[in-house]
Amino acid sequence: MAHLNQAPALEESVREFDLASTTVRELNRYLHKDLPAADAPRVVVTHPDGAHSIACGLDAPVDVEVHGHVGYYVAGMNKHARVTVHGNAGPGAAENMMSGFVRIRGYASTSAGASARGGCLVIEGDASLRCGISLKGADIVVGGSVGSFSAFMAQAGRMVICGDAGDALGDSLYEAVIYVRGEVKSLGADARFEPMSAEDRKVVAELLGIAGFKHDPAEFRRIASARQLYHWNADANQEY
Amino acid sequence: MCGIVGLLLKNSSLRPRLGELMVPMMIGMTERGPDSAGLAVFTEPVAGQLHKLSLYAGTAPIDWNQVQRHLGEAIDGEHTLKVTANHAVLTTSASPDAVEAWLDSHAPELTVLCVGRAIDLYKDTGAPAEVAKRYEFAQLRGTHLVGHTRMATESAVTPAHAHPFTAGQDFCLVHNGSLSNPYMVRRKLEPLDIEFETDNDTEAACRYFEWRLREGDSLRAAVQRGFEELDGFYTFLMGTDRELALVRDAFACKPAIVAETDDYVAVASEFRSLAHLPRVHDAHLFEPKPQEVYSWHI
Repeated sequence: MAHLNQAPALEESVREFDLASTTVRELNRYLHKDLPAADAPRVVVTHPDGAHSIACGLDAPVDVEVHGHVGYYVAGMNKHARVTVHGNAGPGAAENMMSGFVRIRGYASTSAGASARGGCLVIEGDASLRCGISLKGADIVVGGSVGSFSAFMAQAGRMVICGDAGDALGDSLYEAVIYVRGEVKSLGADARFEPMSAEDRKVVAELLGIAGFKHDPAEFRRIASARQLYHWNADANQEY
Repeated sequence: MCGIVGLLLKNSSLRPRLGELMVPMMIGMTERGPDSAGLAVFTEPVAGQLHKLSLYAGTAPIDWNQVQRHLGEAIDGEHTLKVTANHAVLTTSASPDAVEAWLDSHAPELTVLCVGRAIDLYKDTGAPAEVAKRYEFAQLRGTHLVGHTRMATESAVTPAHAHPFTAGQDFCLVHNGSLSNPYMVRRKLEPLDIEFETDNDTEAACRYFEWRLREGDSLRAAVQRGFEELDGFYTFLMGTDRELALVRDAFACKPAIVAETDDYVAVASEFRSLAHLPRVHDAHLFEPKPQEVYSWHI
């Protein structure tokens, strides 16, 4: 991480925003309104220094590279864009993503990929608590471990965890599916381990391939909803 | 919403720059806490039997020389004042309890912000940059500090409600979050003759931990007990004359990030308060895990 703030040598069709001298608002305005319709340049962002909402709300197939650590909501609501953070991300990375691809080279703080409907989020390091909370269809691949309450109420989508998971993984899970390679401290209510099918191994292999992680899909276990919370059970005595 | 910052210098040659390194950290937390700011700075302890009291005079003008003279006439001992704006650090050879009691009855316009042998404390309403300028934070020297920027959510915006809170001697606490059972904690502590100065939830946590320390708990043990007794959301950063301690509740809703190098340990709510620190990109950078106690000694 020694050279986080050093951008690669500039080539043709690269647009650089140095946030030491430019505001996030200017960067985002460019990405929202001033991108050429065709042949958009690669956008390189330097000195993010923990700023919030970098490359938020994008709606174009542009490549954005951020060199350094970012704050809250990087690539939030992303659509079509490919955003790479060469550093760590604050809370809510790629939250509400619709499509596109977001890669965090370092770790991600809480609620990474929250409510994301589509696209793919790759976190090369660890993800903190509530990763993939309320996931609605996106794919999340975490190279490290995830914190507690990850995939809480996740409705659709797939989550691959190469490391361990904290407490209450997949609590009140709907139809999202979790694949975990390491230890699970505890499963949440209504989440259960299920056998890995050939189809599951294919899914894990595909997502690991996209993320660039070299693990054997056979090492992963599948977690899905037992669907016991789908209907109110008056006899459960409020004990779930 | 609030911002916390903390800095402990391992490299003693940096100690003259403690305040200068901290001010951008605090200003970086302005959006998290625009209404008040405060700082407890720990210096080398004063010599012998001396104690320090940080005094706050509010907005009314005050004749500090007169306070010092009258105190000297009333209580034997050496009393010196170092004044910055409406704030002063009183160093005294007399019993700090006696001095505090005298101030309470003879200079009621003064608030005693903290007592100890190493701690100085400043807190006031206003934007962090204004408060930092008002009290010349950039000039402060010392071994470690605990700072806070406040966006009030549960009690009034006054200097007394600003953080850090202190209790006992050489102890302070700042808080990002909110407690849901501060009155339960108060009802437990007040019968033990522990007096509260505000209705702020953080004060309950501060007095709870200081009580546990007096009862013989280590800071780590006190925090461990606090997991059972304190309900709510919190990132707490605590300072004693020798130590900084950081803890987040089980749900870790309130952010925190630590940067550690051979020269310093820096704590903040967000990385943007750490980005300016020397060689921060080579630092060991991590988010503290929930319900784990992190502490660093000078």
